[in-house]
Formats: sequence, C-alpha cells, structure tokens
Amino acid sequence: MSAILSKLNSSELLGGKKGVLGLAVLAAIIFVVLPLGVDIFRLNLVGKYLTYAFVAVSLVLLWGNGGILSLGQGIFFGLGGYGMAMFMKLEASDPISTKIQTTPGIPDFMDWNQLTAIPWFWEPFKSLPLTILAILVIPALFAYIIGFAMFKRRVGGVYFAIITQAIALILSILIVGQQGLTGGVNGITDLKTMLGWDTRVNGILLFGCILLSRYILTSKFGMLLLAMRDKEERVRFSGYDVSDFKIFIFCIAAMISAIGGAMFTLQVGFMSPSFVGIVPSIEMVIFCAVGGRISLIGAVYGTLLVNYGKTFFSETYPELWLFLMGGLFMAVVMFFPNGLAGLWDQHARKLKFMKRFYDDTPEPERFEPTLSATKEAVEAPVAKKEKPAKVASMKGAKA
Amino acid sequence: MFGYSMADIGNIVVMQGFSGLSMFTVLLLMALGLAIIFGQMGVINMAHGEFMAIGAYTTVMISKLAANYGFVNYYFVFAIVIAFALAFAVGYFIEFIMIRHLYKRPLDTLLATWGLSLVMQQIFRSTFGAKEVSAELPEWMLGSFKPTPDIDIPINGVFVMFLAIIVTAGVYLFMFRSRWGLRVRATVQNRVMAGAVGINTAKVDRMTFALGCGIAGIAGAAFTTIASTGPTTGTLYIVDSFMVVVFGGAASLMGTIASAFGIAQAQSILQFFMTSSMGKVSTLLVIVGILMMKPEGLFASKLRK
Amino acid sequence: MSNTDFVLSIEDLTVSFDGFKAVDNLTMYIDKNELRVVIGPNGAGKTTVLDLICGKTKSTSGSIKFRNKELTKLSEHEIVREGVGRKFQTPSIYENLSVYQNLEVSYPKGRGVFGSLTFKRTAEVEAQVRKVAEEIMLTDLLDLEAALLSHGQKQWLEIGMLLMQDPELLMLDEPVAGMSAKERDQTAELLNKICNNRSVLVIEHDMEFVKKIAHKVTVLHQGKILAEGSMDKVQEDEKVVEVYLGH
Repeated sequence: MSAILSKLNSSELLGGKKGVLGLAVLAAIIFVVLPLGVDIFRLNLVGKYLTYAFVAVSLVLLWGNGGILSLGQGIFFGLGGYGMAMFMKLEASDPISTKIQTTPGIPDFMDWNQLTAIPWFWEPFKSLPLTILAILVIPALFAYIIGFAMFKRRVGGVYFAIITQAIALILSILIVGQQGLTGGVNGITDLKTMLGWDTRVNGILLFGCILLSRYILTSKFGMLLLAMRDKEERVRFSGYDVSDFKIFIFCIAAMISAIGGAMFTLQVGFMSPSFVGIVPSIEMVIFCAVGGRISLIGAVYGTLLVNYGKTFFSETYPELWLFLMGGLFMAVVMFFPNGLAGLWDQHARKLKFMKRFYDDTPEPERFEPTLSATKEAVEAPVAKKEKPAKVASMKGAKA
Repeated sequence: MFGYSMADIGNIVVMQGFSGLSMFTVLLLMALGLAIIFGQMGVINMAHGEFMAIGAYTTVMISKLAANYGFVNYYFVFAIVIAFALAFAVGYFIEFIMIRHLYKRPLDTLLATWGLSLVMQQIFRSTFGAKEVSAELPEWMLGSFKPTPDIDIPINGVFVMFLAIIVTAGVYLFMFRSRWGLRVRATVQNRVMAGAVGINTAKVDRMTFALGCGIAGIAGAAFTTIASTGPTTGTLYIVDSFMVVVFGGAASLMGTIASAFGIAQAQSILQFFMTSSMGKVSTLLVIVGILMMKPEGLFASKLRK
Repeated sequence: MSNTDFVLSIEDLTVSFDGFKAVDNLTMYIDKNELRVVIGPNGAGKTTVLDLICGKTKSTSGSIKFRNKELTKLSEHEIVREGVGRKFQTPSIYENLSVYQNLEVSYPKGRGVFGSLTFKRTAEVEAQVRKVAEEIMLTDLLDLEAALLSHGQKQWLEIGMLLMQDPELLMLDEPVAGMSAKERDQTAELLNKICNNRSVLVIEHDMEFVKKIAHKVTVLHQGKILAEGSMDKVQEDEKVVEVYLGH
C-alpha cells in the first residue's frame, strides 16, 4: 500500500512535466473552454464523444501498450451502457406513469411484447448500488472468461481480434433478437438524462481512468506489457505467467469501457445494439489509432476529433464521410502509426516555448529504424569490432 | 418434437439442408479466397466481402446487358469470368499500393483493410445506389426440382453448388498440382529460402492476394443467383467467412470445406426451428466455444515449432 | 554417485514429432558449478534438448530432474522460478526498453500481477542492476534504448537478464553466434566468471570457443549421445570425427 501512495506523489505518475502539461490542457478544455465556449447542444455532443474516449483509453492500455487488439470493446461498452439503461428504465417505469399499459409497472417495450413481469436478470437493476456493482463487475467477469480461455491457450494477435469480433456480433444479434427482454433493435429509450452537470462527472471519471491507466503503465506492470508486446517468449522465460498479465489488462480495459458505456446512457438517454456490434467496436479502435495508440491523452483528442469530423461531415456532406473514415483508417495505419500524439511529440519538442516541457522526457518510441550518428557513438566505447549485420533489420521488424 | 411428424421433419431437414447448401457454396467460395490470403500469407482482409460485392455487381450489370441484347441464357459464363478478372485486378492493385507495406503488421492490415471496405462500400453506394439490385436470372435457373411432392429444391441452388465444386477443384489443382502453387507454398514456408532459389516472392504475394480476391469475385457471381446485392452485402458474410477459415484450421483445404458445410448447415437448419437470429447466435456461440477449447481449428496438423 | 547429487539429471528423455524422434532416449547429468557444452551437427537435437528442459516443448517420455524436482510437468514460468534460465539463439531482448529497464524487468521480484503493480525500484534492485551491468560490460550504456545496442552487446544483455534472476542452471543457445573475435574472447571470460556459483549448459558450434570454456563436452547426433568427456577426449573419438569434426 505504501508503495502505491509514494507512487501517487511522484511526478512520474503524471508523466513528467510534459504529462502534467498534457493533463492540465485537457482539463482546461473539458472543464473550462468547452462549457463556456459552446452551446448546450454541442456540449452534450462533446459529452457523448467523451464517453467513447473511455474505450479509446482502454485500447491504449490493451492494444497500444499490450499489443492485444480487441475488436470487441463494444461488448463492454454495451454491457455498461445496458446496465445503466436497465436501472434508469425501471426508475422511469413506475406503475403511475405506465398506467395505460396492459401490465403497469414494467418497461414499455416489455408490455408491447406481451411480457407481464420483469425478467429475473432485470431484478438487481432496481437498486442503484447493485447496478453500479454490475456495471463494473459483469464486464470484468466476462472479460476474465474470454481472456482466461484464450490467453491461457496462448491465442493472441489476429485470432484474438477475430474471436472478440465474433463475440461482439453474437451479443448484438442476441440483443436485437430478444426484443421483449432487451428492447430489441431500438434499444432502451426515453431515459432521463442528468442535464447540465453530467459532462463534468464524465470528465472527472475519464480523468480517473486516465490516472489509473498511467499508474499501471508507469509501474513494472507497464514495463512488462511493453516487454510482452515485443518479446512474449522472453517474458515467459523470465519467470512471468504472461497470460495472467494479459487477462488482467483485458479486464481493466473492459471495466474502463463499461464505465464509458454507463456514462453514455446517462449522457444521451438511451442505449441500443448499434453501440455493441462490429462497427462501433472497430470505430473505437480508430479513435485510439488517430489519437496515438500509445498515448492516453492522445486517445482522448483522437476520439473528439474523429467524432467531430463524423458529425460535421454527416450533417453537411454525408456522401464524403465514409470515404474520409475509410481513408483515415488506411492513412493512420500506413503513415502515422503513432497518430496525433506521435506527430505532436515529433514537432513540439522542437518548438522553443515547448522545449522546457520535454527536458525530462526521453525521445518517443520510433517505428522506423533510424541509422543515425547516435549508433556510431554507441558502439565507440566497446573498441573496434566487426559491423553488426543484423541490428537495423531487427528493429524494423517489431510493431 | 415441435409438433411436427417424423416425415415432416425429414422433409424440412432435406429442404433446409438444400437451402443451407446455397449458403454453404457462398461461404465456401468466400472462405476459399480468405483461406488463401490468411492461411498462406497471414493477412487479414476485412474488405474481402467487398471483393465479393465487386463480383456480384459485375454479374448484375452483365445480366442487365444480357437482358437488353437477348443472351440471358448464356451470360452467366461471361459474368463469372469477368467477375473473377475484375476482383483479381482490384486485388492486385490494392496489394501493390497497400498490403505489401503491412506484411509485418498483421493487426494493422486488419484496420487498413477495414478502411478499404468502408471506401468500397461508399463507391458502390455512389455508383449503384443504396437500394439492392438483382440479376436477371436465366429461365433455366428459375423453378425447382421436385423429387417427391413435399420436397422442393431450387435449381439455382444446385447450379451454384456445381460452380463451387468446380472452383474448389480448381483451387486444389492450382495450389497442390501446379508450378505456381508450389511457389506459393514455398514462399509461405520459408520466404528467405524461396527468394534465394529464385522465386520472386513479392510477385508471388501479389498474385496470391489477387487470386484470393478473384475467388471472392466468383463468390459474388454465385451470390446473385440466390439473393440481391446491396452496398453492404459483403459485410454480412465477412464474420461468417472468417469463422469458417479459423474453424477449419487456416491452412487446410479440407478443413475449410468441412467447416463451411457444417456452419452453413447448422445455421440453416437451426433457423427453421428457432428464430433466424437465434439460429445464427447458437451456431456462432458453438464455434467460438470450440475455438476457445481448440484454438488451432479442427483440421490443423501438428508441427515441430 | 547417486542422481540426487547432480543439479540436473535427464533420464531416458524422448520426444517425437509425428513419429520422428528429435531426441531419442537421452540420459545426461550435469554437476554443480559445471560448464557443459553440447555440440553436434545441425538437426542433432541440441536446441530441442534446451526446449525440453525449459518447458517450451513437452517430452513424449522420460524425466528431467532439477535439484530432484521433476520439470516435465511444470509450465515455463514455473521452471524459471525453480532456478533455470535460458538464453535464446537470436538475441531476445526488449528493444523498446532501456538497458536498465531490460535488466530491471528481469529482477525476480514482483512476478505476479499485483506484485508488479506495487513493485518499487529499491536500493537493492539498483545495486543488482549495477552489479550485473558491470559483469556484462554495459555499465556505460544503461540509459540507452536496447534496440541501439550492437549485436554482441544484445547477446550480453540477454545473458545479463538471466544473471538478474540468479539462476542455478543457466542455458545458453549459441551465445557467440555473430560475434567478433574480440567479443568472443570477452564472452568466454564472462562465462568462465559466471559459472563459479552455478551450472551452465551451452550449445555452441565454434570449436575454438568451446575449448576455451568447456569443462566437459557432450556430442549429440540424431537425438542420441555419441560421446561425452573432455574436449580432447571427444575430439579423438572416431565416431565423433566421422559425423562431425571430420569435415
């Protein structure tokens, strides 16, 4: 415990001067600039985007640092969102306001589907504490089961991506198919939203998740994640049970996504299967990729930017949007694998007024091999020797 | 059982089995292309469904032309060839500008090809409209074949099945009996060595990828005989096709055939007894469950690492 | 002498891949503080033996006992925790991390999920990292990203990562492959130094290097032991000359 506390005090957790600056700017934007600068309609949109940012942050942990691509984060976003929606729907379905129904006191869509009682798995969602518990525990448990089955058998990479995608598909078909139990394709609608202060709650929780993620990434766990992404076998032969680490980070990522989902329901007032399936799950990956897959703060900006673009273009040039979105996927992967954060880091450290924020931050991780003068300097202390043949090619092969 | 007599159930199984066969052929053709690309090259092509749509749209367009000029009864042969050629050409081009830069990053390929699929969908929508279009089927393909009064087997289904058998046989001959197939397999097993013995591995990659896309084009042509084509047609089949490939054990041709058959039949028959969505859910759940137990798929061979 | 006095006793070990026996009824013992070199032509099963000991490959039959504990049933990380370290043929280090971090990650504390979340860089860790860095001649490069090291330095770093774990049995797969003559000498010196309080098992092709380090040599051929003993004795063995040293 004392180890955690002393860690919390260190500036390492905040990522050095640069990290503090990043958090401060983001906080200023979310808590000051946006509430003062934009109208309530746009502010609610931003609030909605911020709930996606939870998923993007979870993907920075899982994919950017852990090298595990989940194409099923919509599962957890959905589980969190539906948990909250079930609670709020039950709140809204008291016998008085639903007295015109055949069976008053149950959610309207159940009544339309000839249900006469609330299904058993809705029961816990009558209580707020149980709902909050369910929002955190069920996604983590679900992630644990998937993660245990797959990581213990050393399934990873592409297979993991495809299987999580299939699970997202299964869940969304299931929700659509079981209309009486889930509200079907329309989802659970007509919920009250916490007008006014929810963007701030949202922002605070998001910062909480970012700090939690930073704590994980700056601990030995974070170092091991990077190590596993690079050389899983080596980590295993250094005495670590690699699967335990992967399962844990998958559960944490699931939990963070679920919080985002729950906040989404609060913010927007409904939840539907269109936030669970294949398409939303993979779109959330692109939010993260655009922001920079290894940067927690970058992921938030990426999410805001892509969604702003999506809203802007689908209002004005709906034809163009898919082209842009598709182009973005291809361009980010091919030309900017480190996303906005990578571009920013590359250029900002050269600006005069930014320089002092970088003096305690090492050069960022590179994707391309650099055969510069530094390498010669490195070899100098070890006297003369043959030119190592493989050094450059080894580096290009990672990522 | 469910209020049906045994004879009813027999008939249902036969008829659903045959409608499952149509789905099986499309899945098989899709999966063959994917299996070549994924199994041989380790590349995940999320735009594979859109290559199928290229084939489908091509066939629809040719059928319209055929209807105008009165050669409806024979157009299908040209359509298959052109669908293949067009999908092949697009695949060849895409490999050149995009895929070859990403071979070392399979997860990134997945994202990039997803982006490609979005772009292609929008191109279809802008060119052919958002509505689904159907091919003019030749007369001989309409109607059905009735071995007993209670059983009804559509002829188009039988036709695509034959098509699938021919293509599968062709793929087998190509991969395991031709010079080209040998080069492809050599490149897969040891890229450096293959290069050293004079195989142009970059060219092999490009041809392999393009071939996989071309087969998806044929799948599209087959698809038009059983359903209509829309801009997002391809995405409906992509997850199923991936499941077929992974379930069958990525590099095994027999495995791909068997798993396409199993998955299509299971879905088709379950869909009759449950709702269509529950049929699909149960099939996918079983597959995912089995894959969690046996991640290497059903037909993977044991190798020395 | 009973088997229990050995650090490692391999008995009747066999592994077959689809009927092909890569290791065939192998029996071999390694003493405390011994530096053993395994040689043999390509495909003799050398690397497979290491894979079997460290759990990467599961044996078909036979037993591997390490300090009297059966290893064949344990998973890789459990074997490491028993005190067996293994270096791979090509340098396997974390290119994205600094040299310091590479060594720190290998420190055998905080090996569980929650342990790693609360792991702190104590003076003890720091001292161990410095001590090992000194041994592997990388003290001046601790802050450097490991990707920028030369090939030979990467090999040393991986050996260093194993030393961090302070294993009782250290297994090295071709540690000097791709090294310059000078680096080979330095590596030989390093190996002679580190086998003072542990046993070391080395696979190597370079005969000059083997002569410099080996206490005892085992020659493998087609999964079986062809000869065993001192380097001189082995070199004179006719069977060995025929299959291996003759060309």
